Amino acid sequence: MIVFEYIAEALFYAFVALTFTGGFLAVRSKLLMHAVLGLAVSLFGVAGLYFYLGSPFLTMMQILIYVGAVCIIIVLGVMIGNTPDQLAAKKLTGRNLPIALLACTTGFIALFVATINRTEFTAANEKIGDMSIKFVGENLLYQYCLAFELISVVLLTAIIGSIILARGGREGKTP
Amino acid sequence: MELFYSILPELIRIVVCAVCGAVIVFGNALVMGYAERKLAGHIMLRPGPMEVGPHGLYQLVVDGLKLMGKQLVVPLKADKPLFMLAPILAFAPVFVPLLVIPFSDKLQGFDLDVGYLLILAFASINVLAILIGGWGSNNKYSLFGAIRSVAQNVAYEIPMLISALAIIFMTNSFSLKEIAAAQSPVWFIVIQPVAFLIFIVSMVAETNRAPFDLPEAESELTAGFHTEYSGMSFSLFVLGEYANMFIICSVATVFFLGGSSGIPLPYFEYSGIIWFLAKVYFLMFFLVWIRWTYPRTRFDQLMNFCWKYLIPFSLVNLLITVVMVKLL
Repeated sequence: MIVFEYIAEALFYAFVALTFTGGFLAVRSKLLMHAVLGLAVSLFGVAGLYFYLGSPFLTMMQILIYVGAVCIIIVLGVMIGNTPDQLAAKKLTGRNLPIALLACTTGFIALFVATINRTEFTAANEKIGDMSIKFVGENLLYQYCLAFELISVVLLTAIIGSIILARGGREGKTP
Repeated sequence: MELFYSILPELIRIVVCAVCGAVIVFGNALVMGYAERKLAGHIMLRPGPMEVGPHGLYQLVVDGLKLMGKQLVVPLKADKPLFMLAPILAFAPVFVPLLVIPFSDKLQGFDLDVGYLLILAFASINVLAILIGGWGSNNKYSLFGAIRSVAQNVAYEIPMLISALAIIFMTNSFSLKEIAAAQSPVWFIVIQPVAFLIFIVSMVAETNRAPFDLPEAESELTAGFHTEYSGMSFSLFVLGEYANMFIICSVATVFFLGGSSGIPLPYFEYSGIIWFLAKVYFLMFFLVWIRWTYPRTRFDQLMNFCWKYLIPFSLVNLLITVVMVKLL
């Protein structure tokens, strides 16, 4: 049975790698379309991590909603919009690069330290069971109903954001 | 050695699942490719393929060899990585849904409690593949085909999901095995005829087939999203399309036609899979039949039909079902 544990661990790192590769592609691609597909890869990796956490329901919803709906809507927005043909610059550009780097790093460290200090880590249960649907449903529709409704604005944001990106290009030039 | 024996059954299971999936995908494409051309021929009062083998039986094998031998042409200004990625992305995900389809009450790769969601999730990747292919080809016909495909698929996914939700409310389960088992006295086609009709119409639209084949409409868009594809990259799209037809017809069989239930045949332990395949191939025959009988719809008619008729009717049907389930 140890072999399966190794396979599971390898899969976990494969999904982590997929998530980060996709994220890197999304941020650093020269073409907008490649960036969107990088986003899809990244979200697929996150779906894999959900499966690893023992919730097939969340995995399928992640693929169905994020890869299958949000990414497709963004791609459609890019296709319909007047996409500029020029590629984004290869190097990191911008006058305020050092300041941006500093701000990002400080923000990350501050949040990271705060999160690590505040969180009480408890050992995971041996087997949560396949209660994910019931648990998720009850929590979403009773306790966190408002948050659940607000999340659906994500789709609207995806449409508007993709139109803005597609019209202005990655460098922010307005046509 | 002991370790090897401990993982052997699971290993064999995985290998058998993979091999069976490949056999279904390729065998189904051969059978349906031949059947489609023959049926198209006979519907149009001509014999169809006749030359290679008895009644043209080896035509598809020869065609497959020809397609494998052809050169892969990448257009000069195409986006090469995306252009090559699209056929793979259209073909690869079809193996996953085959895992959760219950071919008989014992023959199933993996009984997942969210089986139907898995099928929907992996079917949605196909749309992404069509989009990438259409965009990567750098051809305006391909682009129009891809845009149409998205508008159509996103719209028709909704009535399909809602009509299936009525069944899921009745059975209280997403697992295809439990849904098939829940209709042992009467099939759900009797209890839910409206849902069945909506499902069938959305099914035709989801597989991008005529009369809803607007993404590849030959007379207006040459061949839509796969205009620029040749050889094996084109045939991967076709293989993916036939596999998607098989999967979606299996889902319709499980949801409405009682899955693998039927009159026990002489070799009764195998009768489940025989009935299942018979129902699936009847539905596929139906798809071919209407493809060669009805002309293509106009795009605005297609979208109006979905948003103005199918979605409201499926919602009303769902509401009635929920009330009935609560009352009974």
